[in-house]
Amino acid sequence: MSTKMINIKDLCVWFGEGQQRTQVLKNINLQIARGESFGLVGESGSGKSTILRTAMGLVEDYSGEISIDGINTRTGDYKALIRCAQMLFQDPYASLHPRFTVGQAITEVMKINAIDNHQQKMVDLLLSIGLTAEHQYRYPHELSGGQRQRVALARSLALEPDVLLLDEPTSALDASIQAEMLNLLNKLKQSLGLTYIIVSHDIAVVSYMCDRFAVMSQGKVVEILSREQLRSGDIQCEYTQKLIAASEY
Amino acid sequence: MSDVLAEISNLQISFKDENGVLRPAVRNLSLTLGREKLGIVGESGSGKSLTGRALVGVLPSGAHVSADRLVFDGVDLQKCSSKERRHLRGNRMGMILQDPKYSLNPIMPVGKQIIEALRVSKKMSKAKARDAVYQILEAVQIRDVQRVFKLYPHEVSGGMAQRIMIAMMLVREPDLLIADEPTSALDVTVQLSVLEILETLVEKRNMGLILISHDLGLVNHFCDRVLVMYAGRVVEELQANKLYEAKHPYTQGLLNCMPSINGSLGPLPVLDRDPNWLN
Repeated sequence: MSTKMINIKDLCVWFGEGQQRTQVLKNINLQIARGESFGLVGESGSGKSTILRTAMGLVEDYSGEISIDGINTRTGDYKALIRCAQMLFQDPYASLHPRFTVGQAITEVMKINAIDNHQQKMVDLLLSIGLTAEHQYRYPHELSGGQRQRVALARSLALEPDVLLLDEPTSALDASIQAEMLNLLNKLKQSLGLTYIIVSHDIAVVSYMCDRFAVMSQGKVVEILSREQLRSGDIQCEYTQKLIAASEY
Repeated sequence: MSDVLAEISNLQISFKDENGVLRPAVRNLSLTLGREKLGIVGESGSGKSLTGRALVGVLPSGAHVSADRLVFDGVDLQKCSSKERRHLRGNRMGMILQDPKYSLNPIMPVGKQIIEALRVSKKMSKAKARDAVYQILEAVQIRDVQRVFKLYPHEVSGGMAQRIMIAMMLVREPDLLIADEPTSALDVTVQLSVLEILETLVEKRNMGLILISHDLGLVNHFCDRVLVMYAGRVVEELQANKLYEAKHPYTQGLLNCMPSINGSLGPLPVLDRDPNWLN
């Protein structure tokens, strides 16, 4: 068992074809340890989400290498990969099937992956995210934004992954609901021994959640900082300082 | 011109549920607004947007509204015909919505949209209108205005689209501007510059501003006065600079549940909603 859970080596990503082909990620190198919470911050368009999407095989035009728990995301066993790593998307309104009940949405992933006893596991998952067994009969439109985001989280936990890739998990939520969601993520991380990559534009959230984080701008990692460095003000890069100043009004 | 720009007293807005029973969304809300910057904060569903919309007159069709007083600069809005209200809305009140992607016409260049907004009510030549648009686009700090003028909404970034929305509302020089979550779709760095632009323009033109947001820190920084709403009612009214001395447990809860860069790493305090707050 290696201590490195996620290894991203020389990752370059392009969007578009022919004349329009533009490079959106430039030589990204990141190593994330088992059990770590790693943050990605930066403005929209800086490529934070693209790193996660590429790791999950949602982007095809890339060079370099990503491995998660030793599985190469390009050449490795895809089924093993998705059982090891799952992604949670930003918008809980768009990421749940509108015509599936909560129970169907969560059990479907388990059925596809031939996991037994999915009814019981689904109920356990609902309880672990602070909902009740009755919620399995609800449709997404009958839930609030915070509840939907928790259902999406339960679904991503259904395959018992070791890694969660969280793309702006709380930016669509109210501050009070955000607090509940962040507490839940921390609790699950401890009880399940998860590794997180958290994309956020909110430095306060990253400072609260992450041990280390990378600051991104225009497709590049401009700086990697630890929480201690952030808190003691040990920051080299001007762009990072600007970002911090903007979130401290 | 009186000091009181808008006055709402005992506003109620309700919607029918599936059984036809009226469910209140805003209850007994009263506020007066001068030429100042008023913030309304609260969680989603607390009725803050509905309050703003009631003033402008763009509530959803199923809404049942009643109020003892709903007055804008001496005009009783409840007695206005829809034509008069439309005229007010066009000239004297403006509303900036949260998501610029849904509020701009996707198949019309942005410059043309602003000209359209301007010429709907004011008779002016096309050339004059175009100059006014160039000016206002410069005022919201868009560089290269002649190029941006010809772009379609999908060709500009979110931050720029929001500044275009602001320009479109300000170009008609309204007396009252209601900004409903004007920056929550934007990055922090852009957020700050958009708000600064808004602040300078509001001060320069001596307008009234209602800033609706769920972000207490932001409202604290940009407004003179803050109303805190919970479940359709105002639970507390504060001077913005005294926000951190809030008395109501709901306001305190909202303030405490935000993580901060130097905050503790223990579990975040969550809101414990007390049913007594509704009494």
